[in-house]
Amino acid sequence: MSKLSHLDELEAEAIYIMREVAAESEKPVMLYSIGKDSSVMLHIALKAFYPDKPPFPFLHVDTTWKFKEMIEFRDNMAKKYGLEMLVYTNEEGRAQGINPFDHGSAYTDIMKTQALKQALDKYQFTAAFGGGRRDEEKSRAKERIFSFRNSAHAWDPKNQRPEMWKLFNTKIFKGEEVRVFPLSNWTEKDIWQYIRRENIEIPSLYFAKERPVVYRDGNIIMVDDERMRLEPGEKPVMKKVRFRTLGCYPLTGGIESDADTLDAIIEETLSAVSSERTSRVIDNEAAGSMERRKREGYF
Amino acid sequence: MQSLLKFITCGSVDDGKSTLIGHMLYDAKLLFADQEKALELDSKVGSTGGAVDYSLLLDGLMAEREQGITIDVAYRYFTTDNRSFIVADTPGHEEYTRNMAVGASFADLAVILVDASKGVLVQTKRHTRICSLMGIKHVVYAINKMDLIDYDQNKFKEIVRNIKKMTAEYEFESLFTIPVSATVGDNITEPSARMPWFKGGTLLNYLENIDITDKADEKGFVMPVQRVCRPDHTFRGFEGQIEVGSISKGDEVVSLPSGESANVKSILVTNKEMDTAFKGQAVTIQLDREVDVSRGCMLCKDIDLSVGKMFTAKLLWMDDTKLVAGKNYFLKIATKMVPAVVMNIKYKIDVNEGNQVQTDRLYKNEIAVCDISCSDKIVFDEFKHHKELGGFILIDRISNMTSACGVVEHPLRRDDNLTWHNMDITRELRASQKGQSPKTIWLTGLSGAGKSTIVNELEKKLFEIGKHTMVLDGDNVRMGLNKNLGFKEQDRIENIRRIAEVSKLMNDAGIIVLTSFISPFRLDRRNAKDIIGHDSFIEVYISTPIEECEKRDVKGLYKKARQGDIPNFSGISSPYEPPENPDIEIDTTGKSLEDSVNYIMEALEKYM
Repeated sequence: MSKLSHLDELEAEAIYIMREVAAESEKPVMLYSIGKDSSVMLHIALKAFYPDKPPFPFLHVDTTWKFKEMIEFRDNMAKKYGLEMLVYTNEEGRAQGINPFDHGSAYTDIMKTQALKQALDKYQFTAAFGGGRRDEEKSRAKERIFSFRNSAHAWDPKNQRPEMWKLFNTKIFKGEEVRVFPLSNWTEKDIWQYIRRENIEIPSLYFAKERPVVYRDGNIIMVDDERMRLEPGEKPVMKKVRFRTLGCYPLTGGIESDADTLDAIIEETLSAVSSERTSRVIDNEAAGSMERRKREGYF
Repeated sequence: MQSLLKFITCGSVDDGKSTLIGHMLYDAKLLFADQEKALELDSKVGSTGGAVDYSLLLDGLMAEREQGITIDVAYRYFTTDNRSFIVADTPGHEEYTRNMAVGASFADLAVILVDASKGVLVQTKRHTRICSLMGIKHVVYAINKMDLIDYDQNKFKEIVRNIKKMTAEYEFESLFTIPVSATVGDNITEPSARMPWFKGGTLLNYLENIDITDKADEKGFVMPVQRVCRPDHTFRGFEGQIEVGSISKGDEVVSLPSGESANVKSILVTNKEMDTAFKGQAVTIQLDREVDVSRGCMLCKDIDLSVGKMFTAKLLWMDDTKLVAGKNYFLKIATKMVPAVVMNIKYKIDVNEGNQVQTDRLYKNEIAVCDISCSDKIVFDEFKHHKELGGFILIDRISNMTSACGVVEHPLRRDDNLTWHNMDITRELRASQKGQSPKTIWLTGLSGAGKSTIVNELEKKLFEIGKHTMVLDGDNVRMGLNKNLGFKEQDRIENIRRIAEVSKLMNDAGIIVLTSFISPFRLDRRNAKDIIGHDSFIEVYISTPIEECEKRDVKGLYKKARQGDIPNFSGISSPYEPPENPDIEIDTTGKSLEDSVNYIMEALEKYM
C-alpha cells in the first residue's frame, strides 16, 4: 500500500477542510491577502473543487498601502481563474487619512481589523478561510482549525470549542462566524516546498532583486512609492533584498538576500536563524500583541 | 521520503510537559534565533532565579503565562534528519481535560509524563484512559524529574510496575517507559551519564524510530461523500477523502445507506485523472450510472459496515451543561449530521479504577457508556476497526456547543433488548427535542401600536429558523376559549389569566408563544408573569405613543372611542399603565416594520 508524503497529507487535510466548509456553511468566503500562504490556499481551492470553480468568493482587505505589485498580482490572478474577487477598504479610515506613519498600531486596527469586520458584516459571511499557520506565532499555535468568533468577531481563547478528530462543528448563530485555517498544520518550509512542487505563481517580491530601500529600526523597508516618508538624513539605497511575508510596504521588513530562485529561498529558509514574523513590524510591539489583536477580531 | 509523526504530551499539572518539549527543541537546535532570544528574555521575567524556563516556549496565551499553566493545546512543528513531527502539548489541569482530549484525537502516539517523585497519579490514569479512548495505539511513559529521586533505578522499576498494572486493561500496540529529567536534560536528546543502568536510548531517538504504520488489514474501500460536484450537466462527481483501502477505475461500488451499486467511471485525485486512488487521498469520483448519492452517504467496496439508527457508544462529556438521558442532540459522524437522542446512560466509568458506576447524568470530563438512537439511518463501523467511521461528536441544539465526543462500541438492532432510560418526559426534554428554549413573548401596548403586525412578522422569522411557535391574539382567543367573557373588570382579569395558563401549557409542550394583547394593567401582566414563570416570560413593550396610534387608527376605533361609542378604551376612557421594566421596548413611530422586527429579534437572542 502506498503512503502519502508529508506534503500530500497536508494538502489532503486542507482539501478536506475546504470541502466541509463548502458543504456545511451557508456563506463562506476565502480571505485573499496575496501572499504566499494565500497563493497556496487559492491553489488548493482550485484543486479541491475541480472541475468546478471554488464555490465561494474571495475577499481582499485593501489598506491602500500594499506593495503596488501585490495589487497587480491580485487582479491578474482573479482574471486568470475567473474568481469573484471582492476588494474592501475602510473608506472612513481612508477619508481620515489614516496611515502607517502617523497612526502606528491604530492604523493596523482601523485599516485591517476594523475593515475586515466591516467587510464580513457587509456581506454577512458565515465562514472565512484564512491562511494562518500554527508555526507563525505562539497564540496561533493554540488556535483551532475552526476558530469560532462571536457576533463582535472576537476570539475567546479560553473557551474554544473542542475539535475532535476531523469532525468539525460548523454550527453558529446568526451574526456569528467561523474563521477557518486550512493551512494550520503547515510550516513555512512546507509552504515553500509545496510552491516549488506545484509550480505556484507568487509575487516576485519574494525573490531577491535590487530594490530601493531604507534601513530603519533594524528593519529594511522598501520605498515602494512617493508616499513613503523619509526621516531626516534617510536616503533610499539600492539593495538586493527579498520579503518573507507581504503586507503593507511601510510595515514589511525585507531581508538582504541573493535568493532569486525557489531552490535558493528554500535553502535559505531551512537555515534561517529568524522566524518569519520578525519581519512584521507590528508583531514586535509587545508580548501577547498578536493574541490581543485576535481577540479583537484580527485574523 | 520523510515520514510524519503526530504525538501529544500529557500528564499531571507540573509534571513538566512544556519544559520537556521546550528542552527538546532547544537541544536539537530547532529554534530560530529570535525565538531563543525571546525565550531567554521571557525567562528573566517569568521564571524563578533567571534560569532558562523552557515551558515559556509553548505556553502561548497571555492567561497561561500569567497563571503558569497550560490551558489549551499548543501545536509545535519540528523536523530532524529522520522525521517530521507535529507535537500537541496538552494541558494537565483537570478542568481542561477536554482540551487534552482534543490533542489526543489528533495524535498517533502519546508521551505521558509521570513525576518520578510522585509516581502514578489520578491524572496519569485519566490521561491514559483518554488516550486509549481517542484511539491512540502507541504510548511512551516518560518518568520525569529523575534528578529529584537521585536517579534511583529501584524507584523507577517500581513506577514501571505500576504502569504495567494500570495499562493491563488497554490494547496498546506499543508501550515504552523511559527515565528522564526535562529541566536538566537527561535522556531527552543525549543519553544520561547519571543513569548508566538504562539502556533504552533517548526519548528523541525513540520518537524518530518508532513504526506507527497501521497494522490492520486494509482491504476494501470506503469514501464518505463530502459534496457533490456538479459544474454542468455532463459532470457529476462525488468529493471525499478515502478512509479505507483503495479504488480503481471500473470497480463496482455500493452506495450506502441506499445499497445501490454502480461502476467507477473516473477518478480525480485532487485535479488529476488517475486509474487508482488510495487511503488518505482527496478524490472526486464519477460513477457510470445515476444512483442516489449525496453528502453523508458512503461509497464502499468489499467491506462490511453497519447501516442503522442505533448503537452503543462510549462518551466523553465536554460541556458545562450536564448530559441527561433522553436529550436530543445533533450527531456528526464522518460527513453525516443527524438529530439523535442519548437513550440512556448504562453506566459511568470511574477514571481511576475503571469501575462501572450507575448514574442518570453525566458531568464535564466524565466518561460513560450509552445507547444512542439517531432519527435517520447512518452508516458506521466500530471505532476499534476504523476510527474515521466510528468516532462522532454530539452538538447541543440550543447552544451549538460540541458537547461530547464518542466512539461506537457496537451497533444495536431493533430486537436487541433495548431499554429507554426510565424517565418522565419533562418540559426540558420536549424543548430539547425541538432544539429551542420555550418562552412566552408577551407584547403589550396601545391599540394601533403595531403589536399584531409585529407578532405576525416575528413568528415568520422564528419559523424560518426552525422554531416551533404559536401566536395567541384576540382573534383566536376571543372566538373560542374566552368567548363567554365580556369586558367587565372580572372578565378582563379572567381573560388574561386564561391566556397565561394556555401560554404556560404551550411552553411546557416546548413551544414558543407570542401573545398580542393590549393588556393595559400592570397587575394583570404581573399575574401572567407569575403563572408563566419569571424565566419564561419576556415582556415586550410596544411604546408607540397615543398620538401616533390615533393618527394611524387602522380600525377606526379611536374615532369611535372619542365619540364615546367604546367604553373603557385603553388610553382614552381607561388608563394604560406602561411597563416599568420591560425586557424589550420599541417605539414604532417612523420605523419600518422590518427594522422594528429585526430590533426585537436581536434583543430576543439572549433569551432564546
